[in-house]
Amino acid sequence: MADRRQNIRNFCIIAHIDHGKSTLADRLLEMTATVAQRDMEAQLLDNMDIERERGITIKARAVRLQYEARDGEVYVFNLIDTPGHVDFGYEVSRSLAACEGAILVVDASQGIEAQTLANTYLAIEHDLEVLPVINKIDLPSADPGRVAHEVEDIIGIPCMDAPRISAKNGIGIEDVLELIVREIPPPKGDEDAPLRALIFDSYYDSYKGVIVYIRVMDGVVRPGMTIRMMQTGAEFDVVEVGSMGASSLNPCGELYAGQVGYLTASIKTVQDTRVGDTVTGSDRPAPQPLEGYRPAMPMVFSGIYPLDGAKYADLKDALEKLRLNDASLTYEPETSAALGFGFRCGFLGLLHMEIIQERLEREYNLDLITTLPSVIYRLQLTNGTEVVIDNPTNYPDPVTIQSAREPFVKANIFSPATYIGTIMELCQQRRGIYLDTKYLDADRVELHYELPLNEIVYDFFDALKSRTRGYASFDYEMADYRDSKLVKLDILLNGDVVDALSFIAHTDSAYTRARRMAEKLKEHIPRQMFEVPIQAAVGGKIIARETVKALRKDVLAKCYGGDITRKKKLLEKQKEGKKRMRQLGSVEVPQEAFTAVLKLD
Amino acid sequence: MTGSASIGVYVHIPFCASKCPYCDFYSLPPDGELADRYTEALCRAMERQPYGPLQADTLYLGGGTPSLLGLSRLSRLLEAAATHLNLSRDGEVTVEVNPGTVDRALLSGLRAAGCNRISVGVQSLSAGELAALGRVHSPRQATEALLAAHAAGFPHISADVMLGIPRQTGESLEMTLESLAALPIDHISAYLLKVEPDTPFGAMNAGALCPDEDSTARLYLDCVETLGRLGFPQYEISNFAPPEGQSRHNLKYWLCRPYLGLGPAAHSFMEGRRSYFPRDVHAFAAAEDPFSLAVEDGEGGDFAEYAMLRLRLAEGLNLQDAERRFGVDPLPILKKAEAMEEQGLVRVGDSTISLTPEGFLISNAVTGRLLF
Repeated sequence: MADRRQNIRNFCIIAHIDHGKSTLADRLLEMTATVAQRDMEAQLLDNMDIERERGITIKARAVRLQYEARDGEVYVFNLIDTPGHVDFGYEVSRSLAACEGAILVVDASQGIEAQTLANTYLAIEHDLEVLPVINKIDLPSADPGRVAHEVEDIIGIPCMDAPRISAKNGIGIEDVLELIVREIPPPKGDEDAPLRALIFDSYYDSYKGVIVYIRVMDGVVRPGMTIRMMQTGAEFDVVEVGSMGASSLNPCGELYAGQVGYLTASIKTVQDTRVGDTVTGSDRPAPQPLEGYRPAMPMVFSGIYPLDGAKYADLKDALEKLRLNDASLTYEPETSAALGFGFRCGFLGLLHMEIIQERLEREYNLDLITTLPSVIYRLQLTNGTEVVIDNPTNYPDPVTIQSAREPFVKANIFSPATYIGTIMELCQQRRGIYLDTKYLDADRVELHYELPLNEIVYDFFDALKSRTRGYASFDYEMADYRDSKLVKLDILLNGDVVDALSFIAHTDSAYTRARRMAEKLKEHIPRQMFEVPIQAAVGGKIIARETVKALRKDVLAKCYGGDITRKKKLLEKQKEGKKRMRQLGSVEVPQEAFTAVLKLD
Repeated sequence: MTGSASIGVYVHIPFCASKCPYCDFYSLPPDGELADRYTEALCRAMERQPYGPLQADTLYLGGGTPSLLGLSRLSRLLEAAATHLNLSRDGEVTVEVNPGTVDRALLSGLRAAGCNRISVGVQSLSAGELAALGRVHSPRQATEALLAAHAAGFPHISADVMLGIPRQTGESLEMTLESLAALPIDHISAYLLKVEPDTPFGAMNAGALCPDEDSTARLYLDCVETLGRLGFPQYEISNFAPPEGQSRHNLKYWLCRPYLGLGPAAHSFMEGRRSYFPRDVHAFAAAEDPFSLAVEDGEGGDFAEYAMLRLRLAEGLNLQDAERRFGVDPLPILKKAEAMEEQGLVRVGDSTISLTPEGFLISNAVTGRLLF
């Protein structure tokens, strides 16, 4: 029985963005004839358009490949494709927990970057065998020797004999396959023990219900069994088990310890299948669930509203559908005096938020307006209770607040050494706490800072990129909650508070943020028939102001020769413009202005 | 016989001796042979007009510099209008002239040919301002032209002035207006200079030399006030005259009444539809049937248009009328008007709403607010 596992290899591919992870996955699929070359749509595993466009993987997928090695034996490879982005760290970690090894892809010209390290450390923490592979040797700027040294020096794993490949051109792929056979250990597991299978992903299919991706650790699962989700207690009858091909499901009779595959059990919603949960049998449940389960925690919140109030139901519908396949998306209805009826949505991070927004706009054809993203604050009130605030409009009366805490992250910033100064300046501006600087080599550094999450949640990444001409990259992980001096900033237009523009900030950055907001508003609010004071206030006290001058004169041209076309056109433009106007108190603001301001920078 | 069924006729004479740097109207240098053919084409157009029997009670010769067409051709046009368009004997016939290009002979000739109203492009009575505008006449010539028109027997005389031009101040404007009011004229038009991109003014960013926005607004308000005081009450956003001096022709535009425009760049509003001729005098002159060149410009006279034009008039828009003609509900408009009355932009009367001079300054915004 132990033989069954000898020829199995469960592994994933980890890399920094664009180092070639997906291309390598494609080549592996091709070379193991798992999918005919002509059927290949480049990077098949990324089957969402957005993912493809942005070159990132969002949902983990797993594929079973078969490889006839040089030793004549046939091996079963389970390739688990992991999300590469820090927002989805938990999903990455559960995917890693399903593997025994990780192929670490490093770009031969870029060398080690933020996520190279982040993912490597994660893999090492999960006791995976990490096997480096140096990719893109076809590029003129490739320097595999240097990169191999880097890997050895910085990560501390042997790399001098690592395969040097070009996934794009299909060079060295066989070496990778052999490496997998040779160096990644087969899975262990006790088939006779009670069933314990790790859920590392799930996917909603309208015919089969939720398809649950599992790695069986112990025991066996078969159709007909009644299973139980150990964290939620929910029970289901297994309808089907099998393995995943590149684009289809292949049912089989059972999945045993050491295997990776899927099961279906007429499960209606992905909320019933939590990533990291343990599947066990109802009849003979395992005494303990597998380690490492964590409920998905939204980190960043924002209000999402339909531009056209009449589309509220469409938005609700769309969010419901998105949630079918995204258990980490949370939302609940909310209203805003300025924006009408919408939803307060919780995301794992900024990228998650952007992706959801884009999908809503693109796949469901919705024009949206979103508020500034906010994080979760913890406030201790004078009456002894603690409140958790994710929405500035729920900020309590400052008089009742005894103390406040905000989330901090630990950020690792990679950059060429020349930009150290400007990066430090940026971090300082964002209330960063300097930890240390590590020189990766003569030209590259890794800076460590602790930063408040709320300071990086808007445009830190863009600011970093623009200060370093795009060369810097960064990665962060949640650190802890720290005491903070918070204030709530309100924006008033012509004396009326516009709730959608309120935000919570640290006392130290309140003034700068208020000024930026006021200036941006002044730039975008068109002149009205009266002067419009724009004010930013903290607890009723104005700390910044700008004024939009009243409209003084518009066009007074002749109606020459009976030609009223210009006047007519102007009128028509006004009529069109009205449709896109939002009334914020007594001030009319065109849609574009509002969106521009909310994007802030 | 005049009546509301009578139309206005506009004829465009696109010849100019030189082009003023701020002008973006259609014009080109005079050419005798072209002028002949063009005149014939205009007469042909009047004869072959496709609207059936018409009755005209105003005729407006605009340009360019209409006087450059010459007396004999202008007479020919007036005759053709009387013949083919039934231009009534007591119809208003207006001709535009420039101070530098008229003399007594021409003025008498124009009067004899049938013109009974004359509009003189004065622009300013300050020499410095005229030079900055690139005008080819002097203040004295302007004054003399007006006096000569009076001497030639024109019962109605109008002067154009411009506001917000380079070097203009409250005092210089006051001087121009008071001097004009002292002359035997019965109408003044005052236009805000708009620096158009496709003009020499636009190219040299002349806007930078003009009074700023607040000053220009001030000049306009001063103009309204001064002219009112001097016996030229404002009756339209840019036009000032006692009732007997108002331009009957231009009122047709603002009252949304039908008019026929002839010549390149001329616009028509006939049978509820708008149309225009392309900006090409050569094509017009060569066309066997000039109306074959006319371009349709959609339907006209809907409530929005009607209201927009009426609101240019000091008497404003009568909401009861509007309700009757268009089925429009007056209440929402009235509400908005009342709000703007508090801001001093609108006057609300017995079912009429009209713009104040401050309202006229931002008429586009106010109209937009009222209508949409």
